[in-house]
Amino acid sequence: MSIDTSPRPTSTTRSRTTRPAAPSEAAGVWLVAEREIGSKLRSKAFLISTAILFVLALAGLVFGGLAAQNQSGTAIAVTADAASLVPSNDNLEITEVADRAAAEKLVADGTVEAAIVGDPSADPFGFTVVAESSAPTSLLLQFAQVPSVELLDPEPTDDALRYLVAIGFGIVFLTAASLFGSTIAQSVVEEKQTRVVEILISAIRARTLLAGKVIGNTVLAMAQILVLAAIAVIGLTIIGQTQLLGTLGAPILWFAVFFLFGFVLLAALFAAAAAMVSRQEDIGSTTFPLTLLIMAPYFLVIFFNDNPVVLTIMSYVPFSAPVGMPMRLFLGEAQWWEPLVSLAILIATCVGAILVGAKIYQNSLLRMGARVKLGEALRG
Amino acid sequence: MLQLRNLDKSYGTHRVLTDVGFDVLPGRLTGFVGGNGAGKTTTMRIVLGVLAADAGTVTLDGAALGTDDRRRFGYMPEERGLYPKMKVLEQIVYLARLHGYSKSAATDAATALLERLGLGERLGDNVETLSLGNQQRAQIAAALVHDPDVLILDEPFSGLDPMAVDSVAGVLQERAAAGTAVLFSSHQLDLVERLCDDLVIIAEGTIRAAGDRETLRAQHSTKRYELVSTGDAGWLRAEPGVEIVDFEGGYAVFDVDTEQTAQRILRDAVARGDVGSFAPQHASLAQIFREVVR
Repeated sequence: MSIDTSPRPTSTTRSRTTRPAAPSEAAGVWLVAEREIGSKLRSKAFLISTAILFVLALAGLVFGGLAAQNQSGTAIAVTADAASLVPSNDNLEITEVADRAAAEKLVADGTVEAAIVGDPSADPFGFTVVAESSAPTSLLLQFAQVPSVELLDPEPTDDALRYLVAIGFGIVFLTAASLFGSTIAQSVVEEKQTRVVEILISAIRARTLLAGKVIGNTVLAMAQILVLAAIAVIGLTIIGQTQLLGTLGAPILWFAVFFLFGFVLLAALFAAAAAMVSRQEDIGSTTFPLTLLIMAPYFLVIFFNDNPVVLTIMSYVPFSAPVGMPMRLFLGEAQWWEPLVSLAILIATCVGAILVGAKIYQNSLLRMGARVKLGEALRG
Repeated sequence: MLQLRNLDKSYGTHRVLTDVGFDVLPGRLTGFVGGNGAGKTTTMRIVLGVLAADAGTVTLDGAALGTDDRRRFGYMPEERGLYPKMKVLEQIVYLARLHGYSKSAATDAATALLERLGLGERLGDNVETLSLGNQQRAQIAAALVHDPDVLILDEPFSGLDPMAVDSVAGVLQERAAAGTAVLFSSHQLDLVERLCDDLVIIAEGTIRAAGDRETLRAQHSTKRYELVSTGDAGWLRAEPGVEIVDFEGGYAVFDVDTEQTAQRILRDAVARGDVGSFAPQHASLAQIFREVVR
């Protein structure tokens, strides 16, 4: 090897007025996030599928609500002293009975779904609704305000309604988390596959890139959740289900909060898992366990929404808490402090996932070719 | 000055670089030539910090390279690809902004550079819709837009048509003239020979020759001369100290033992008839290359 040593300029530092300072960490993160959001919003497939999702959500809500209202012939028993208080309505098949005992008998043997009995102590209605295990929603919705309900054989909530709400939370979590989880995974691999990442890494740090991608996709996912929440509120208002809205409002808000942190947790893990492979075809091999984590809450909440033990566990496990805790809040099973404790657990897990995810991401990002082994990715 | 010293790299048991070292000087174009698998890309990736060397150092102006120093680099990876579904201009603007340019400064710099590279008509097109040659120009813009102090380009000319070669070569020469240190690899030896101030030749993971182009040529020139005359040049065969390489009528290419022999041959040739030309033959890069990689 020979190295020429003749005198030549040797300093590479040139006096430049054009070279700007490096962007701040925050500015770098936001630039990356902005690009993530922009490229997604320009994808026709994304816009169309999102629009369809919104329309379906609204349609489902309105249809479900109207169906509940139009249930013809809810059979009820009414005592004489309450008869004047019952709204006259085609949807009610009213049987007049002499007294409360007779009414309860009809409720108990299933002849009627509920009874309305005079009760001077029940302000401001002057009557109480008596039902077997749950008061028919369609009946309660006839009143401007919710009357007091007495259950002969109490079960907290209407089965059908519980099932619908469980599916609602489950499916919204599943679709949003899998959509944006796979988006971030594809975006990470796209940068590896095209080697753009080698150019990016000479400009910004790997953790800046990761933070930008997670934040960008979280913004998109949260926007979708908030629009869906708005659709739920507006839809319920339009069809006059203000009573249901009252019960669902707080759980929906909690769902949004839990989803925010739950998604950041998943996004960091998806980015890390995707960084371990170099080709789009291989994404599935490392993100499969995460896909299971996303699907689990959906199936658990559908099969076990009447099982308090499973729901309680779900509401504290970080990956299923975004579905489990709002569900328990809706059912009225959770104490006021429970969502706060669960949220703290979720946030702590989220911080841990970001640290581990960032390590895997940084260690795997520039390794092309064969899939990086998890142990190597963690050691670096 | 970018200095590479004693770089070693193995993939498993396969040694790809052994004691690789050379300099890349500011204000000069350095050509990095070698066969397939010689270690060019590996060396460049180590310089960029995209790959870690097993041993050795890379320094810029005497200091070891850190993350922030690499912001002063412009890099064109071997495997091309920007974001396929992003518009050309937006993409280059994005990269400039990641280097700290304001939106307007980034837009101005990116637009001017893309126009200079002949992509002025395609600014609003998605990268995936461009021809390979045009994608390559966009890739070069990506390496240049933040006005780097050091340019590391892996095969910047491969796949370009002659027009594109000229515009890219022009841009690189401008950058070098402005003080940038430019290192680029290429298989096109004639192009490297035409463009480069300095040369680095690598084979089987070791540097076989490095330095100033003219110095290398001088080092590798055999004392070879070409004679074009009107007479029959057959008399050369009988001259002491002369070895004929090629011969046909009045045309001859021959090696001499000393400068004096060459001068004597010239005088004899003039005495024997008209001499069209008599000139020393410089070793071409292709010749040097074949010689050093052997």
